[in-house]
Amino acid sequence: MIRSMLFIPGNSPSMLQNADIHRADALILDLEDAVSPDQKDAARVLVRRAVQALGFAGCKLIVRINPVDTAYCEEDIRAMVPLKPHMIMPTKVGCPETVQAVSAMVGEAEAASGIPRGAVGLIPLIETCEGIENALAIARADPRVKALFLGAEDLTSDMRAKRTKAGQEIGYSRAKIVSCARAAGVEVYDTPFTDVNDEEGIEADTALAKSMGFTGKASISPRHVPVINRLFSPTPEEIEYAWEVLDIIEEARRQGKGAISLRGKMIDKPIVDRARFVLQMAKMLGGEGV
Amino acid sequence: MSKLCTTLRSAMEKAGLTSGMTISFHHHLRNGDHVLNMVLAEAAAMGIRDLTVQASSLFDIHAPLIDHIKSGVVTGVEANYIGQLVGRELSLGLLDKPVVFRSHGGRPAAIESGRVHIHIAFIAAPTADCQGNLNGLYGPSACGSLGYAFSDARCADRVVAITDNLVPYPAMPASIEETVVDYVVPVESIGDPKGIVSGTTRITRDPVGLLIARYAAEVIRHSGLLKDGFSFQTGAGGASLAVTRYLAPIMKELGVKGSFGLGGITGYMVDMLQEGYFQKLLDVQCFDLKAVESIRDNPSHQEISAVRYASPDAKTAAVNNLDAVILGATQVDEGFNVNVHTDSNGFIMGGSGGHSDTAAGAKLAMIVAPLFRARLPIVVDKVITTSTPGSTVDVLVTQRGIAVNPARQELAHSLKAAGLPVYPIHDLRSMAERLTGVPRPVARGNRVVAKVEYRDGSLLDEIYQAKD
Amino acid sequence: MTIVRSAVAGTLESSDALVSIAPSRQLEVHVESVVMKQFGDAIEASVRQVLRELSVTGAQIRVQDRGALDCTIRARVETAVLRGGEEKPS
Repeated sequence: MIRSMLFIPGNSPSMLQNADIHRADALILDLEDAVSPDQKDAARVLVRRAVQALGFAGCKLIVRINPVDTAYCEEDIRAMVPLKPHMIMPTKVGCPETVQAVSAMVGEAEAASGIPRGAVGLIPLIETCEGIENALAIARADPRVKALFLGAEDLTSDMRAKRTKAGQEIGYSRAKIVSCARAAGVEVYDTPFTDVNDEEGIEADTALAKSMGFTGKASISPRHVPVINRLFSPTPEEIEYAWEVLDIIEEARRQGKGAISLRGKMIDKPIVDRARFVLQMAKMLGGEGV
Repeated sequence: MSKLCTTLRSAMEKAGLTSGMTISFHHHLRNGDHVLNMVLAEAAAMGIRDLTVQASSLFDIHAPLIDHIKSGVVTGVEANYIGQLVGRELSLGLLDKPVVFRSHGGRPAAIESGRVHIHIAFIAAPTADCQGNLNGLYGPSACGSLGYAFSDARCADRVVAITDNLVPYPAMPASIEETVVDYVVPVESIGDPKGIVSGTTRITRDPVGLLIARYAAEVIRHSGLLKDGFSFQTGAGGASLAVTRYLAPIMKELGVKGSFGLGGITGYMVDMLQEGYFQKLLDVQCFDLKAVESIRDNPSHQEISAVRYASPDAKTAAVNNLDAVILGATQVDEGFNVNVHTDSNGFIMGGSGGHSDTAAGAKLAMIVAPLFRARLPIVVDKVITTSTPGSTVDVLVTQRGIAVNPARQELAHSLKAAGLPVYPIHDLRSMAERLTGVPRPVARGNRVVAKVEYRDGSLLDEIYQAKD
Repeated sequence: MTIVRSAVAGTLESSDALVSIAPSRQLEVHVESVVMKQFGDAIEASVRQVLRELSVTGAQIRVQDRGALDCTIRARVETAVLRGGEEKPS
């Protein structure tokens, strides 16, 4: 389960060698914006050797590759797929065809390196207006797509909107991408909060993302990881309530009752599903669950 | 009798400087200090030889000392800390007589007990009057506390105050009083303000350092010490200072009101005083301008002597009332012994300062350091130099795990119960070596170039000649 | 791989290494490191191993190491070779 994803610049040995200490659920090893055009080759080699030597046990690996319309994209895929990352993140994805093109390249690379077909997933980065409007088609474009990821910086520039901390300008995009991802049955991740020093800001922005339905959130600063992990984990109160829900429906089933209520609220199927999900999450995080 | 001398030369002559004497210096002007260099230059010009320099610390600015040793003006060096420029030459065997290292508490104890005899103490005085009442609070070279100079002034045969801010009698406050000062010399400048105190001390932005600091603050939270009356000391470097940033919110969350902050004081400790986290600051040395301003203006921020700070001979010293101290290290071994004197090649580049004093005094002595630096693991089989005995060290905090001294089982249990990543110290070493490889041991010469005295005056370790 | 032009890879930042490569008939490896005493030999062995893997038989290589981990040194050597080399005609 991924709550937090931490960006690590692909050509920085000092960042790579300590990438796994921050307890992020996933690392996004970045070959795109964090690497200048003349160092793309160096970053590919460094990331490959670092992953092979350091392992990063305990973190799922995601590699952000260069856009499909650049010469780097195919080489990125050929170099990264043999590492069997959990997902590859294609960038500037505006339409389903882009996803399919990347998926085909990933498939070839899997075959070439003897990896089972479909082992490597995709998490398209949606960061244009076109991408937002095509989000459902993108999420359904290919079985490799496991999640969508919203990139607000490029998106707001494409929208000709001003990027703000409150984030009203991306309210529609957030709601839309969550809705499309859920409709397609894939996970969905929120854009990073970019002010490293604003502790209240990251708290508020993460709480907002969780309340809107995101699965988790990316971060460019290791300092944001604990906040994201905390806010995207079930609270003790949520776990307690989930147990109560399951207890009461069990009780109702035994007594053959139809309609039941808890704390003055009707308990229907969505609430039961939600309770099961909360307890599953709690279990995965090492607590007591079902 | 007028104590005022028109030149440094005349003060040194009147004080009776002759070859073979021990002369002392304090280091509050840090890497901006002009006083040690000007005194030794004058001594050389007078044809004096065979001096022992008894300094609380030596910094890179004191590099001219190297030439005075080569020419025979200086033949002995004793200090609590020696920076890498001078340290390098001494490590290669520049002096025939081994350097003597003490701690910030051990030095004044040795001076006051007479084990170290100072013939002439030279006091860098940012403000002084014609009779020698002096303080560090005002003037172009203001440095705040003069804590390390008190024993020198009290016990030396002769005391010479050197100032670049001569004020009308009586200078107030008088940190050091006219009762112990023999001569006063006004000079153009005793120091370079840029090297004395940094404008502001900055907390590290390195994510590894910040993570270590966060773990350190969590260790304090779960140590059982964090309750009303909590007292605390931390260094100014790397991850140490950053601990304050994570500790303050925890104290706020738990509603804990601390009693005092101790040691070299930074602006961050001043902030914690002003925000009510601590009620008092006890200060032997100011690290930045904010600390200097605070010790001048805030009655709850007080200058203390090195004796009161850390002397093992004092009836009580502040370190003995300390709950938690955060300290650095260049090496820690599996017995929790700590090296802060030499680098991984065996070259002198530091010293105890208050390291062994606070570790011995505090209820919780915590070392914070990255698991490896420049491919060298922090945990080693045997430290090159023992600066602080492992029996006085409780915890090592790195970015990949926390090791607790086996003598502190109950602490290990509470940290584990809190979900902190606690490992045996040997595992931290293996963890590092899996990433770095196993470093080859470094060869050293047979000659002893320095002796490390523990705070009680016993011999703790010897430093052997380093090889290039 | 044949080294046909001079090339560099890496940086002089801490935890990194700067590797320079130039054409030469023989293999000449020169290592400078902040941890020379502890890891000088290990670094040279890694450099030679990467060169063997890439079938480089002639090159002048200079490594300026700033405390890089072994995987970083290997990566920088590989990148320098790829930048300065061309596939041998079979």
